[in-house]
Amino acid sequence: MSDATASFGPAKGNIMERKPLVTNARSMSWITQRVAGIIEGKTPFWWWVCTLVTGAIAVLVPLQLTYLVASGVGVWGLNNPVYWAWDITNFVFWIGIGHAGTLISAILFLTRQKWRTSINRAAEAMTIFAVICAGIFPAFHVGRFWMAWFLAPIPNANAIWQNFKSPLLWDVFAVSTYFTVSLIFWYIGLIPDLATIRDRAKHAWRKWIYGVLAMGWRGSNRQWRNYEKAYLILAGISTPLVLSVHSVVSFDFATSIVPGWHTTIFPPYFVAGAIFGGFAMVLSLMIPARAIFGLQDMITVKHIDNMAKITLMTGTIVGYAYTMEFFIAWYSGNPNEGWVFQFNRLADPYIFSNLFNSGVAPYWWAYWLMFICNVFIPQLFWFKKIRTNMIAVWIICMVGPNVGMWFERFVIIVTSVHRDFLPGSWGYFSPSINDKLLFLGTIGLFCFLFLLFLRFLPAITMFEVKAVLPEADPHHHPEGEAKH
Amino acid sequence: MSTESKELFGTGAQFGSARELYEAAQKVRDAGYKRWDVHSPYPIHGMDDAMGLGRSKVSFFSLCGGILGSLAAFVLVYYTSAIEYPLVVQGKPFFAFEPTFPVFFELTILFTAFFTVGSMFALNLMPRFNHPVFEWDRFEQVTDDGFFIVIEAGDPLYHETATAEFLEKLGGAHITRIEG
Repeated sequence: MSDATASFGPAKGNIMERKPLVTNARSMSWITQRVAGIIEGKTPFWWWVCTLVTGAIAVLVPLQLTYLVASGVGVWGLNNPVYWAWDITNFVFWIGIGHAGTLISAILFLTRQKWRTSINRAAEAMTIFAVICAGIFPAFHVGRFWMAWFLAPIPNANAIWQNFKSPLLWDVFAVSTYFTVSLIFWYIGLIPDLATIRDRAKHAWRKWIYGVLAMGWRGSNRQWRNYEKAYLILAGISTPLVLSVHSVVSFDFATSIVPGWHTTIFPPYFVAGAIFGGFAMVLSLMIPARAIFGLQDMITVKHIDNMAKITLMTGTIVGYAYTMEFFIAWYSGNPNEGWVFQFNRLADPYIFSNLFNSGVAPYWWAYWLMFICNVFIPQLFWFKKIRTNMIAVWIICMVGPNVGMWFERFVIIVTSVHRDFLPGSWGYFSPSINDKLLFLGTIGLFCFLFLLFLRFLPAITMFEVKAVLPEADPHHHPEGEAKH
Repeated sequence: MSTESKELFGTGAQFGSARELYEAAQKVRDAGYKRWDVHSPYPIHGMDDAMGLGRSKVSFFSLCGGILGSLAAFVLVYYTSAIEYPLVVQGKPFFAFEPTFPVFFELTILFTAFFTVGSMFALNLMPRFNHPVFEWDRFEQVTDDGFFIVIEAGDPLYHETATAEFLEKLGGAHITRIEG
């Protein structure tokens, strides 16, 4: 086996040779063994602990929602003039996280980035779970949840139809399409690997469950032919879809006339931010997972390095967007716009309030936290030593983008509306305990679902990783004897 | 399962690597077989040509789905907001393309996805839970690291011993008569 990859590895004197995507010249059966082994082995103790803890936290979601529906949306800290706060912040935060999964599975597929194969399954799973968490907030922020079906174009007793000119309705279409297509894409990708689990299953019930899920897959080329075409088309349509979803989310704000929201830069700025936050979340989940399950030969240091570079790039785009919207607020000469940026966001009590000779922006800390976490901290990824240090990457993702991207949405939503055109109705938003517990509950739900995924479904796309091995190429000529 | 004698499905052979499988598939194709298949743990690049298969028809159905999705969105939006219940919103026209584009776009994507996946399942005859190849005990390796060629008995050129010899000559091992 070691001969098989010899021609592919870093040959002496040729530094241009690419590093192998799967290190240590692993064989196909090793990949099957290692990935399927996660599902087939004895349930580790830590898994029970983590799953029970996160599951207990996730119970907060139904509890909080029951309380909300029984009492009304007033249980959140919403009040005049802030009617959108943590609910929509959490919605945009979670939906943004999902975007990295689709980017990895669709855009990196179309651009033939073969390194994506070992991370796309987990990233897509993360997408599904993040969109589930996201969907909770807009569904329940309508207040009368039992009337949420009015959003769907179904004939109803009032004989009234949806307002298709409203960005909020576009959002319903965008998010539900995104969830459906992501789920389909994920499931289609799972079928050949579910067949692997089926074929290795020892127990009858296990064989039956995975067998039903695998739909009788037999790896025949007449199947692969249609399968690959379908996968390619799904990747092709998911690419504009993922770009459209966060653009439509940004329209919720950009099409309004609220200063700080009414900005043409929002669609690309939101999409870049979503990919940035999503990649940080992929790294946050995959770095521990690869260490725990011993997947270092498939999710190599090179993978982490690449993802850190994408995080750096998108973080810098986000920094550009922050700066540019600020510049335009000043350059446009619109007094309301400029005022919101200076005195609702920027003016901290130490430097800028003195510089502008003004009062302090009530949410200056949120604005500066956002800027530091999203723009400054990821700049550490310029250094290769940091990008290839797993612990450093994990810490940077946890304290940088994961925190910063939540605050970005909070800054955009709350700081714009808490003080706008009418000084008489200025206010300050403080979250209630229910806001906090529901958000905590969605974090628990997200982790809980991800832990279930790790235990019951193949976390790495085995068939795609096998296909990037050197011996997978039908024109590959091993130097030694052909194996049997 | 049943005691009655099973019907002959075809003859299978295992190959050692993707390259051997690929080269054997070309020879099976050139020999003129029509009802046969190649099984591998992952899609092998160029195997469609090696088997003499044309383009997959999935993309045609995807296009149909996309067109249908656009039309459905147009009918939905136009009928509900311009005919059935014209709603004045800020003095804007009852129907215009610009504000309804996101809905058009999303429904186009959604219908394309449904048609793509639906046609893939239909063309692959999935789900089909039992198949004679599963009766072959070695076949479970196909989702691990096994490479197989199965020539069906229904092929006009099929002859039980001649086909088995042919597969052996191509380098196939574990030549097996598959019943089911």
